[in-house]
Amino acid sequence: METLKRIFSENIRQYSMLIALIAIMIFFQVITDGALMKPLNLTNLVLQNSYVVILALGMLLVIVAGNIDLSVGSVAALTGAVAAVLIVNYDVNFAVAMAICLAIGAAIGTMQGYFVAYIKIPAFIVTLAGMLIFRGLTLVLLEGQSIGPFPPEFQALSSGFIPDPLGANGLRVTTLIIGALISVFLVFLDFRGRQNQKKYGFAVSPFYLFLLKNLLVVGAIMGLTYLLASYNGLPNVLIVLGVLIALYSFVTNRTVLGRRIYALGGNQKAAKLSGVNTERLTLYTFINMGILAAIAGMIITARLNSATAKAGTGFELDAIAATFIGGASATGGIGTVFGAVIGAFIMGTLNNGMSILGVGIDWQQAIKGTVLLIAVFFDVYNKNKGQA
Amino acid sequence: MSDIILEMRNITKTFPGVKALDNVNLSVQRGEIHALVGENGAGKSTLMKVLSGVYPAGTYTGQIFYEGQERHFKDISHSEKVGIVIIHQELALIPMLSIKENIFLGNERARRGVIDWNEATRRTQELLAKVGLHESPNALITDIGVGKQQLVEIAKALAKEVRLLILDEPTASLNESDSDALLQLLLQFKAQGISSILISHKLGEVSRVADAITILRDGATIETLDCRRDVITEDRIIRGMVGRDMTHRFPPRDHNIGETIFAVKDWTVHHPAHAGRIVVDNVNLHVRRGEVVGIAGLMGSGRTELAMSIFGHSYGRNISGTVSKHGQAIDVSSIDRAIANGIAYGTEDRKTYGLVLIQDIKNNVTLANLGAVANGFVINEPKEMVEAQAYQQRLSIKCSSILQKTVNLSGGNQQKVVLSKWLFAEPEILILDEPTRGIDVGAKYEIYTLINRMADDGKGVIVISSELPEILGICDRVYVMNKGKFVGELTREEATQEAIMKCIMSQEVVEAWKL
Repeated sequence: METLKRIFSENIRQYSMLIALIAIMIFFQVITDGALMKPLNLTNLVLQNSYVVILALGMLLVIVAGNIDLSVGSVAALTGAVAAVLIVNYDVNFAVAMAICLAIGAAIGTMQGYFVAYIKIPAFIVTLAGMLIFRGLTLVLLEGQSIGPFPPEFQALSSGFIPDPLGANGLRVTTLIIGALISVFLVFLDFRGRQNQKKYGFAVSPFYLFLLKNLLVVGAIMGLTYLLASYNGLPNVLIVLGVLIALYSFVTNRTVLGRRIYALGGNQKAAKLSGVNTERLTLYTFINMGILAAIAGMIITARLNSATAKAGTGFELDAIAATFIGGASATGGIGTVFGAVIGAFIMGTLNNGMSILGVGIDWQQAIKGTVLLIAVFFDVYNKNKGQA
Repeated sequence: MSDIILEMRNITKTFPGVKALDNVNLSVQRGEIHALVGENGAGKSTLMKVLSGVYPAGTYTGQIFYEGQERHFKDISHSEKVGIVIIHQELALIPMLSIKENIFLGNERARRGVIDWNEATRRTQELLAKVGLHESPNALITDIGVGKQQLVEIAKALAKEVRLLILDEPTASLNESDSDALLQLLLQFKAQGISSILISHKLGEVSRVADAITILRDGATIETLDCRRDVITEDRIIRGMVGRDMTHRFPPRDHNIGETIFAVKDWTVHHPAHAGRIVVDNVNLHVRRGEVVGIAGLMGSGRTELAMSIFGHSYGRNISGTVSKHGQAIDVSSIDRAIANGIAYGTEDRKTYGLVLIQDIKNNVTLANLGAVANGFVINEPKEMVEAQAYQQRLSIKCSSILQKTVNLSGGNQQKVVLSKWLFAEPEILILDEPTRGIDVGAKYEIYTLINRMADDGKGVIVISSELPEILGICDRVYVMNKGKFVGELTREEATQEAIMKCIMSQEVVEAWKL
């Protein structure tokens, strides 16, 4: 019992946002009479909010490194517009167009990152300028028009589902199989990590806790995939999200690059004097952000099936809010991919749940703002309590 | 002289899991300088935080009597109102504001919210005269030296009509002459009836100025020594602090010095902001295998600048000269190259430049050599844990585990983490800048032992220090630096405090003669 209590109190901060997410989901589930978790709506929730998750992944690295990027909404709009002009007006192959958009995102990231890292202009200013510049360029490019519609191959990026060759009517078996494979893989990873710790003689948590944790994780994944499988199956976007989340978790937790980004954000001077090339690392975080903004831009353009000048407005704020809700520190050095993803889903569930309830966009904004403040308040409050 | 201004009785303060203070008693007489000494973590700072109201009444047990009355301070402004002012080790001045703005910060000379700057300037001049600081009240804090900043802090305390002045390590970052001036000032205050509590690791100055010394160890009062009655030697104080006799302050060592392994030739460095200013002027130095080389000199003589410019050009510009190892020129033009070429630099300011304080011991230890615990780009975390644990044990870093954040460690243990980091990088040449600043006698001894061990392992160690006894105690050879130049080289046998000072003075004379 003592160990259980200790483990609980040690992890409460890490999991408090997850608990909040579950609470919010239950709340909307009850108040919408079960509409939230209906297979159709769950699929929509993922499709509508994928951009927040993708941007939050990039924003996390930027914020952990001690900077901020206000331009991502404009960059997403610009890359979406470029994709539209290339594909619709010039009949460029959609794959080539996507590659060009990613390159543009990388180029924009390089430029902004260069000013931040090497010229030492604060990121707030550089990216505020970027926010105006790229929004303006989007307007120039689109000449005030919407461009669309797109060929189905490009639309499939955001509204397609994985094919289901085994498809029986009703339930999508492929989706369930993928869900099962992911579950097995996660349990295997956790088990191997545990064995590894044992091998080196470190204390591990009791076996029943290990079992309980994995049962919960597997239960959540299989529940989710079952719901998705009973509609159209796994959306393509969710595959993109899954791959990106796995990749960024790995990079931040396990690689030299990730460790150095945390050190840079924690104490730039000490990191530099330990041989970390802090300038180049800062540049990398911005290039990465630019590429992810381009991906997000293409996904929303494909989803709306047209590029508009207004696309991506306020995305930067959603991404920043998600990162901070997920426990990142505004001064850098602290934050996790897990937290940022949970934060993004909290924002997404709020968006979706309030839309079902018919809450106007005005109140939605006010409520989201309040949630951000409360989340960060609890985080700070817990930290202070932990120190006293 | 039995007029007691402050008496703290049976103070006990517990933090979750630890008893930081255990029935501590402290009694200070009016107009005395009372020194508070003890190893890091003995509870000195905690006791002063209890006294000044940082930890408000109710969060500790015990009684505080000040000027005959029992007091329950709620916060710092409460204790300042009755004349208790604390000056922290880390100065609380705002660099981009002027002296007068800083002195009256939070205590503005104002009528209905409008500041009377003429009055403020006049008062500032008075106060600066009292502390013997000849600077304009409008000078910016960032433009004056640390020693002068310390005096501004004291002037600020005087502005609050201080009756009990608490100084936490006031001379830790001052050179000898600034320290002397500060201690003189305390003696003056004593004559005016202002009492002081002096927290210091520099036992020489403690035994020189203190009227009474209270020794804390592990959160408890060990004893109070009366310096007016007996002569208190440094060894006597150390015995109280560590609980045993320290026969040697420096560990003995076998000198086993080999061939020259590291040499710097014609090294010249310019100031990073003022292109014309030469900070390091044509310096030549060499280090032999297994040798500990000291660089002595006053603050601002260019020692740190020399070390940092060698370490990956991390200071200065227009750097010229060559660095060679085993007779071959090596590239030190960036920090990662310098590290790859076997050079390490332990900074003088561990909190700002040495540690990522929000991270744990493990991450700090491996930061400079992550490749050694990684397969390609992927960190092997179990291996990293094992390595970090090995260093924690080897350097006996006191901590709950290697996953403890470094911000929660005491100064001595933080310094050991910095050392671990550089040992883990496996350098051949280790440059240590003020390796024992602000840490206690016991931890100092351990660090000297480590330096010896590195030399025994055939590495070359360069130690920069402002404390001459330390340089003399651990170095095989000493370079003397002044105003960017090497002005002397002394062997272990030749090196004495007088000889070193003579080197510095003779250059001053030569320069004066040139003018």
